[in-house]
Amino acid sequence: MTDPEDRRPDAPAPLTPEQESARKRRNVWIFWALIGFIVLIFVTTVVRLTGNIATGGA
Amino acid sequence: MTETTVDTKPGGAAKAASPGDYIALMKPRVMTLVVFTGVAGLVAAPAVMHPLMAVLAVFALAVGAGAAGALNMAYDSDIDAVMKRTRRRPVPLGLIPRSEAWTFGGVFALGAVLLMALASNYVAAGLLAFSIFFYAVIYTMWLKRSTPQNIVIGGAAGAFPPMIGWAAATGEITLDSVLLFLIIFLWTPPHSWALALYKSGDYSAAGVPMMPVAKGAKSTRRQIMGYTVLYLAATAGPLFTGLGGLAYAGAVALGGAIFFGLAVRVLMSRAGDANAAEDELYAVRAGDKAARDLFAYSIAHLSLLFAALIAEHGLGAHMAVPGL
Repeated sequence: MTDPEDRRPDAPAPLTPEQESARKRRNVWIFWALIGFIVLIFVTTVVRLTGNIATGGA
Repeated sequence: MTETTVDTKPGGAAKAASPGDYIALMKPRVMTLVVFTGVAGLVAAPAVMHPLMAVLAVFALAVGAGAAGALNMAYDSDIDAVMKRTRRRPVPLGLIPRSEAWTFGGVFALGAVLLMALASNYVAAGLLAFSIFFYAVIYTMWLKRSTPQNIVIGGAAGAFPPMIGWAAATGEITLDSVLLFLIIFLWTPPHSWALALYKSGDYSAAGVPMMPVAKGAKSTRRQIMGYTVLYLAATAGPLFTGLGGLAYAGAVALGGAIFFGLAVRVLMSRAGDANAAEDELYAVRAGDKAARDLFAYSIAHLSLLFAALIAEHGLGAHMAVPGL
C-alpha cells in the first residue's frame, strides 16, 4: 500500500471503511439495476414482437 | 497497489449516501403527481394498451420525472443550500456529489425515454424526452433565475404527463390530451404562487425572482385570482368534448367553487405582506393562512379531477352529462 507521505499533493484522500463499503453497496445496486434494465428491454421486445406477429405485423 | 479514493473536489461527498438519498434525488413527491396524472391520461385515452406495456410506460414516465428532478437538483444545489425548504436535499448536504447527480439524471433520462419508446411509441417517447429537456434546461437553467414568469412557462414541464400517458395509449396528440395539458398548465401558477406568498423570504434569499419577490405580494394575489379563473374555465373543457362525465362534472363544479372561494380569500388577504415565520414549511403567520390553504387545496383539487377521470374511464363509471 502506498505510504501517505508518498502520495501526490493533488491526490484524493483515501476512502474511510464506511465509504468503501458504501461504494461496494452502490456498485451492487448499479449491477442489479443494469440487469433489471436488460430484462425489461428483453421482456418488452418479446411481448411487442408476439403482439405484432399475432396481428400480422399491422 | 492502487488506492481506493474519495471525491474531494468542491461539491464532493463527505459522507456515504444511502439508497434513500438517491430516491430523494428523484423528488418522489413530484413523481407521485406525475404518475397519477400520467395514469389518468393513459386510462382516459380511447385505446387499450397491453397491461404489461401500460405498466412499463408508467414506470418509464416515473423514472423520466425522477431523472428530471435529479438534473434539477444537480444544477440548483447552490440555491437549494440557501433555502430552508430545500437545504436538506442530498446534494446541498454533500451526500451526493453534483457530478454524480448529473450522471444519475442523464443516465436515467436516457433509459426512461428508451423504455418508453419500446413499451409504447415514439410520440410518447418524444414527449417524455421533450418534457425532461424542458424542465431541466428551459425551466431550471434558464427561466427559474431570470424571470418572475418562471413557473408560468416552466409549468408546461409538469403539464406533459397526462399528454404522455394519452400518447402512450393512442400514439396521438388530440384535443382531449391538450385539454388535460392545459388544466395542469393553468393550475401551476396559483398553486406555486400560493406557496411563494408565504415562502417569499426563502426565494428572496436565494435570488430567485419568484412573483412575490419581483412584483410584490399584492400583484401576486391578483395574478393568482386571474389564473384561477382561467384554470377553472379549462377544467370545464373535458365536459364539452365528452371526456368528462357526471363524476368529473361534480369535481369541476363543487371542487371548483371551493378553489374559487379560497382564491378570493387570498385576494382579500394580506398574504405575503409579512414573512417573518418561515422556519417550517407549514408554520405561517395568520395573515398567510389563506395562501397556505389554497396551496394545500390546489393539490387536492387537481387530484380529485384526475381521480374522477380514472374512475370514469378505468372503472366504467362514465355517465355523460345531460345536455352536453
